[in-house]
Amino acid sequence: MPLVSYQVPGASARAGITFDRLGATLSTLTLIALVLLPVVTLQPNRILPGEGVELEQLARYPTFMLFLGLLILTLTGVTVVSRHWIRLGLATLTLLALVVATGSIASPLLDNRGAFARLALGSGFWAIGLLLGLMMTDAVVKMGLSARWRLVIVTVCLGAIVSVLSSGLWDHLSLMLEYRNQERFWAQGGRHLLLAFGSVLPALLIGVPLGIGCHRSAALRTFMIPLLSLLQTIPSLAMFGLLMIPLTLLTQAFPVLNELGIRGIGAAPAVLALFLYSLLPIVSNTAAGFDGLNPAVIDAARGMGMNARQRLWQVQLPLALPVMLSGLRIVVTMNIGLVAVAGLIGGGGYGTYIFQGLGQTATDLVLLGTLPTIVLAFVAALVIDTLIEFSRKERG
Amino acid sequence: MMRSLAVTWVGTLAPLACLLYLAVAASTLEPLLMPLAPEGAPTIYARDSFINLIGWHLMLVFIAIASASIIAISAAILVSRPAGRDFLPLARSLANLGQTLPPVAVLALAVPAVGFGAWPTLIALFLYGLLPIFENTLAGLSQVSAEVKEAARGLGMSPLQRLWQVELPLALPVIITGVRLSIIISVGTATIGSTVAAKGLGEVIIAGLLTDNLAFVLQGGIIVALMAMVLDALLRKVEQKIRRT
Repeated sequence: MPLVSYQVPGASARAGITFDRLGATLSTLTLIALVLLPVVTLQPNRILPGEGVELEQLARYPTFMLFLGLLILTLTGVTVVSRHWIRLGLATLTLLALVVATGSIASPLLDNRGAFARLALGSGFWAIGLLLGLMMTDAVVKMGLSARWRLVIVTVCLGAIVSVLSSGLWDHLSLMLEYRNQERFWAQGGRHLLLAFGSVLPALLIGVPLGIGCHRSAALRTFMIPLLSLLQTIPSLAMFGLLMIPLTLLTQAFPVLNELGIRGIGAAPAVLALFLYSLLPIVSNTAAGFDGLNPAVIDAARGMGMNARQRLWQVQLPLALPVMLSGLRIVVTMNIGLVAVAGLIGGGGYGTYIFQGLGQTATDLVLLGTLPTIVLAFVAALVIDTLIEFSRKERG
Repeated sequence: MMRSLAVTWVGTLAPLACLLYLAVAASTLEPLLMPLAPEGAPTIYARDSFINLIGWHLMLVFIAIASASIIAISAAILVSRPAGRDFLPLARSLANLGQTLPPVAVLALAVPAVGFGAWPTLIALFLYGLLPIFENTLAGLSQVSAEVKEAARGLGMSPLQRLWQVELPLALPVIITGVRLSIIISVGTATIGSTVAAKGLGEVIIAGLLTDNLAFVLQGGIIVALMAMVLDALLRKVEQKIRRT
């Protein structure tokens, strides 16, 4: 037998079979969800609640059986297999099989049910999808992948889902029917991002100098930080409402503003509110980033003959960048969520669908607004994580 | 010292006084708000008293955050013990992922699950409230130094005693910060909860938006904002007090 003296103790256990308590828990929950919750529901029309389709009825379809087979394999895998890439692969495949299976059973199930009948995704679909997502997350975390690779995996998964959706496989599911009713879906997405990022640039232009100021002057800091935290405590709906009033009065006094597109309701109060909310994370993280710099490095820069401006641009800002970027991450994810609330005051974006859907009790319309909002926030956070990683690497 | 104390007490009491004044005597401001209301429309929201609405709003927040605190703190304790180590990496990254989840999305998703009314709001407040408390409890527990824990072990304390008498008291200020963050976020989310028919101050703002009545929007907005400020200031005081002892 060859000697494996270079092997780390415990590595052999890691390479073979284990018993994973987390995997066992998630598997049990998945089985409970599969048995108790309906994967799909049949709705008589768009508004009325649906009736769950029995599991045995679903098991007649070969694509669903394929999904069930893969699911059992995955549940066993996450419980006993210790290689994380195997777990990740199994869970991802199963999720894809779930998406394909629910799509392919729609049209046979809807046969002879009338023109208004819809097949909707049930709580079982979301619960199993979420649990598979958790298994994937756990595998990715334990593999210790960098943000770049996580971004690649998420992009591939999203690409796979989009290609399934655009292949027409899900066309008979109520969510896609709802999507086809909304011609402005992608335009709303653009507007959502425009509103979320529209306030970030001015907030950076004002917040970064303010943050550097707070780093240099204790007096400015004791004044600014509590003031900005106070702004942050104001609930978003109240902030939108309070900003509507001066803006409305202004536009009544100066109708010219109206022609510029500035109105009491809509985008103007939303962007202004987001700008105010964005200041605290930017200012405090800029100040914290500058506080954390090693004075010896700045002394060295001075010794090399750099003037104050050169030190700021070539030494301090690049070194403080990772901390500043994590402030930006807070701002961007927060703004994407808050733009959804701005749908209430006519700001546009995916919030429009959420509140329209709530008003009409149309679950699919609510989902059509909620899911893209979550995806946007999630991807934006991951992109910034990748930027943070690069900025750390450059720093060495 | 005396002066800074006075300043911070003013910071709490001034918004509290304004809040109480508005809650009981908003009608005295009618002449001021009149120009903001449309012709012939009421100036002061009258479908429910502000005291009632504040009560509902606070009750939703406290029920949700009290239960979220119990669950989140126990979960954080569990995953930081040797027995829960398998769950720690996933729990950490979930807390991180959860922060990218917009509160309004949680609220909107709760409606299809349980219908309209107070329930979806309670569920959204509860779920979203878990994250800051869990994360801060974990951070608080992990910042207790190994030497301190070792010393407690040396004194012959059992694991349970170490947790109750050493780790939790040391982590408490950070935990309270998490609870404060959760409460402030919840006050905001509960305001949006009025769109799904939960009782609370949001309904004044929503009524104003629906009927183009800026007077309603203003009074609702000011009362919610003041309430959030008072809660924030009070909880910061509690935090300070604990940190000092």
